[in-house]
Amino acid sequence: MTLETLIHLPDFLLYAFAGGLLLAMISAPLGVFVVWQKQSYFGAALAHSALLGVSLGLWWQMDLTLAVIAVSILAALSIDWLTRHTRLPTDTLLGIFAHASLAFALIFISLKQPAQLDIMAYLFGDILSLQKAELVGIVLLGVWVTAFFWRHWSDMLNLTLNADLAQIEGVHTRQLQRHYLLLLAILIGLAIKVVGVLLITSLLIMPAASARRFARSPEGMLIGAIIMGGLSVLGGLLGSFLWDLPTGPAIVATATGFFLFSLFKRAR
Amino acid sequence: MEYSGKIQSMNSTRLLEAHQVSHWFDDQEALSNVSLTLHQGEILTLIGPNGAGKSTLLKLLLGLMTPTKGHIWRKPGLNVGFMPQKIQIDDSLPLSVQRFLSLARPRHSERKKFITKLEQVADELGLNQLLTRPVQKISGGEMQRVLLARALLKSPDLLVLDEPVQGVDLQGQTQLYEYINAVRQRHQCGILMVSHDLHIVMKDTHQVLCLNRHICCQGHPQAISATDAFKTLFGDGFEQLAVYEHHHSDACDHIHPTRNEPSA
Repeated sequence: MTLETLIHLPDFLLYAFAGGLLLAMISAPLGVFVVWQKQSYFGAALAHSALLGVSLGLWWQMDLTLAVIAVSILAALSIDWLTRHTRLPTDTLLGIFAHASLAFALIFISLKQPAQLDIMAYLFGDILSLQKAELVGIVLLGVWVTAFFWRHWSDMLNLTLNADLAQIEGVHTRQLQRHYLLLLAILIGLAIKVVGVLLITSLLIMPAASARRFARSPEGMLIGAIIMGGLSVLGGLLGSFLWDLPTGPAIVATATGFFLFSLFKRAR
Repeated sequence: MEYSGKIQSMNSTRLLEAHQVSHWFDDQEALSNVSLTLHQGEILTLIGPNGAGKSTLLKLLLGLMTPTKGHIWRKPGLNVGFMPQKIQIDDSLPLSVQRFLSLARPRHSERKKFITKLEQVADELGLNQLLTRPVQKISGGEMQRVLLARALLKSPDLLVLDEPVQGVDLQGQTQLYEYINAVRQRHQCGILMVSHDLHIVMKDTHQVLCLNRHICCQGHPQAISATDAFKTLFGDGFEQLAVYEHHHSDACDHIHPTRNEPSA
């Protein structure tokens, strides 16, 4: 990679950098709450259902990103409903949900037998194929997530601390939690292109988990997660250019590196 | 005439009222025909064995759930300070006691005023040493005081305390009760307290309500903590405690174990 290519960066590289960095930043506030609320299995279940979205999108021949987002939202709402209306523990329900959607996704895909569908691209991500329309989608989601947390950061913290207390203090807890899950579902739908179904949860929780050791306040942890998420995306892209590594796994590998590094820091 | 006048004035200071409230979970009746009234400046203690429906009643009164039958009335604009029974804060959330308390700041209140209030409440409850500590690293008794402080930061008309003295020894109970009483007198707020201790209640309680899915009995505690018998049993310094004697009708069949005498 010469200086020349850096200055005249081809569009697809520009989209990859911009989209990847933005997604990392958007993942940070959602990711810290995934960690604080112990929702990482929820993220994984949503990611698996995203693959069901891919297969249904193929089946009905619609835009795959839209199909994935629609199915993720539906999945988030159904899981939310199921946990409140069955007597089963949440992790059991999430396990059922994840594997059921994976199974049906693979069945639908095999029935359709699409000629040029690269299933690997959805499992592990293909950031270099990011389109302009998707980048616009990511920017819009970024604006939405920023506005949401700008207004509800304290409310979300109170909800996470104790839902009853938050509700008595005037937070519309159920509505707020649904709004948060909706954003999470859309993020997962959009992030499928970048890191893929199997790796998306790590983009959410790894930077947040690594930031925990350095943080003394919730906001400190958020800033740490933004920085480490962004550096992971940069590192992954760089590794992908230099050594021709698959980009999604390279991003997660970099994030893992940060996490391992954080383990050496004494907990505060 | 005098009587109805009294009723009138009482009505004007009502904070909370439950009228023949019943609640079912699936086919199970958790609460049956419960009525109660709480006035400004009054302390109501709700006692009952485990599974008696205390938490359910509390959730209904606080508006966290809607009763299957009956009606709950809250004074319009009632400002409630709630002290939950316990609060589990995951270690992954970096949070100091100070920050935990400041999260109680209402959206539109002035930051400066609130900080002043926070410092004042922290001072009164002796929390100054704790403010910079991570909220996960303080003891159970300290957490009770922090939770009480948080409830008070709302300047409540009604203070709701869910098992405030759980896991706190008699000495600590006395201190906490003393403080609660001082708060009530200063702010003239009503206090609704839940306790699983069937015999020892706060001395200044105006009403004790014994719940076992329905109201078993209600009445006043007897201020016997001042009597010699109590002092021989527990020693001095427990002026805030009182004993509640149950008077149950035949319809109520649960057993109250008598409190074991502490071994010397």
